[in-house]
Amino acid sequence: MRDVAVIGVGITKWGELWEKSLRTIFVETALLALDDAGVDRLDSMYVGCMTSGLFVGQEHIASMLADYLGQNPIPAARVETACSSGGLALRLGYIEVASGMNDVVLVGGIEKMTDVSGYEATYALGTAADQEYEGYHGLTFPGLYALMARAHMDKYGTTREQLAQVAVKNHQNGSKNPVAQFPFKVTVEQVVNSVMIADPLRILDCSPITDGAAAAILCPVEMAKKMNKPIIKIIGTGHATDTIALSSRKDITWLEATYQAAKQAYAMADKKPEDIDLVEVHDCFTIAEICVTEALGFVEKGKGGKAVEEGVTAIGGKIPVNTSGGLKSKGHPVGATGAAQIVEIVEQLRGQAGDRQVKNARIGMAQNMGGSGGSTLVHIFERE
Amino acid sequence: MTTPSRYWREIPQRYRLEANKCESCGMSFFPPRLICPECKNRDLVPTKLAQAGKVISYTIIRVPPHQFSDQAPYAVGIVELDDGVKLTAQIVDCDFEEIKIGQRVKIEFRKIFQEGESGILCYGYKFVPE
Repeated sequence: MRDVAVIGVGITKWGELWEKSLRTIFVETALLALDDAGVDRLDSMYVGCMTSGLFVGQEHIASMLADYLGQNPIPAARVETACSSGGLALRLGYIEVASGMNDVVLVGGIEKMTDVSGYEATYALGTAADQEYEGYHGLTFPGLYALMARAHMDKYGTTREQLAQVAVKNHQNGSKNPVAQFPFKVTVEQVVNSVMIADPLRILDCSPITDGAAAAILCPVEMAKKMNKPIIKIIGTGHATDTIALSSRKDITWLEATYQAAKQAYAMADKKPEDIDLVEVHDCFTIAEICVTEALGFVEKGKGGKAVEEGVTAIGGKIPVNTSGGLKSKGHPVGATGAAQIVEIVEQLRGQAGDRQVKNARIGMAQNMGGSGGSTLVHIFERE
Repeated sequence: MTTPSRYWREIPQRYRLEANKCESCGMSFFPPRLICPECKNRDLVPTKLAQAGKVISYTIIRVPPHQFSDQAPYAVGIVELDDGVKLTAQIVDCDFEEIKIGQRVKIEFRKIFQEGESGILCYGYKFVPE
């Protein structure tokens, strides 16, 4: 296996982009990644997208996006593991470059979510849950994470305020991120008094509906050195699955797929949680960040709420979590989220993260999760 | 999306709670499976789910998918039945404030939703306090 580097990243402003189509959003973003890498030709591309069929009525988008990016006839594939589709694109691109099959590969993600109504978006996202045994009974995505939150509060004493503090921290970070959909600060009081969505989760516990894309360019480290690029190496990758029905799990407060994917990535990189300087995690809901920090080994089981309360996960804390603002503030165009995590980690490791820069960041991690935790991708990056 | 063929196919689970059980390790599965995820045994025998259990967690859905827009707010819970199988369904016939983790509930046969004005009436199981 060859060592693989990220040599370019691209992201554009996220939000309700009514004036832009799926293809335009993706191509604008991918062009930024190509410019950042200093290349104009690709050998292949992988695009994460959860459900362009339900959101814009368009499947077969990989060829369309390769076409509009001016790259036909390269091989292009759309890949899907619900909200972790972008992370999956990264892993597949990594494997392709590491194997020697191809040299310059684009990995990215896209979701165009605001062409449908709120009801239809709720339904589309709900298809990532078990349609026959969860969706049939009227359970929604916020509902699934609400079930996890209630159980976590009951089992470990996690408080309503601790959940709110995840949102406060991530909005604080996101307020310094120019591409964030909601770059403003919120207070604990605002979160705990916001509109109830699925008890105990309120609207400020939830990530938003977003249009957006992100992309990265991978190549062998040897090639990157010849191009005189800052080398951000991918040193670990992990991918694991779990039941898609939450009720089929032994413990609904524990994200086993995240634990397993992290175990693989740590072993491959020969790193431990203490070695990681910052991490982007999949905070689709505030409770998700708490459960993920536990499963990644940054805090003890059940202590995720206390960690955010004590500032352990803030910029300047022991392990800064979601310096980009996370899904909560930056936005959550589902298929693009995993790809956007690469952008944040690369900017941090290059020292280009501006006001949200983590000092001396050398090793970063990204954790991207599908559904209620039924699939997870974990990657570890190191600045050479 | 509920079509007649799909609805008909799911009747054994929705109406009769048909499950199966691994004779080798004793685990029960709902819906029935073809292979036991624990011991990989494929000789699974039909069984019927226990009819009562206790609430593991619950939530009140206030922003529903469109098929449930006339029902919100409603409670949904995960219940661990007395045979160890965990099941997701609505918790009904009680005030939201009465629902607690650990509370005993039993399964009843109810209407779940309707596919539009002239669509299928979709039935299945819900939980009610014991």
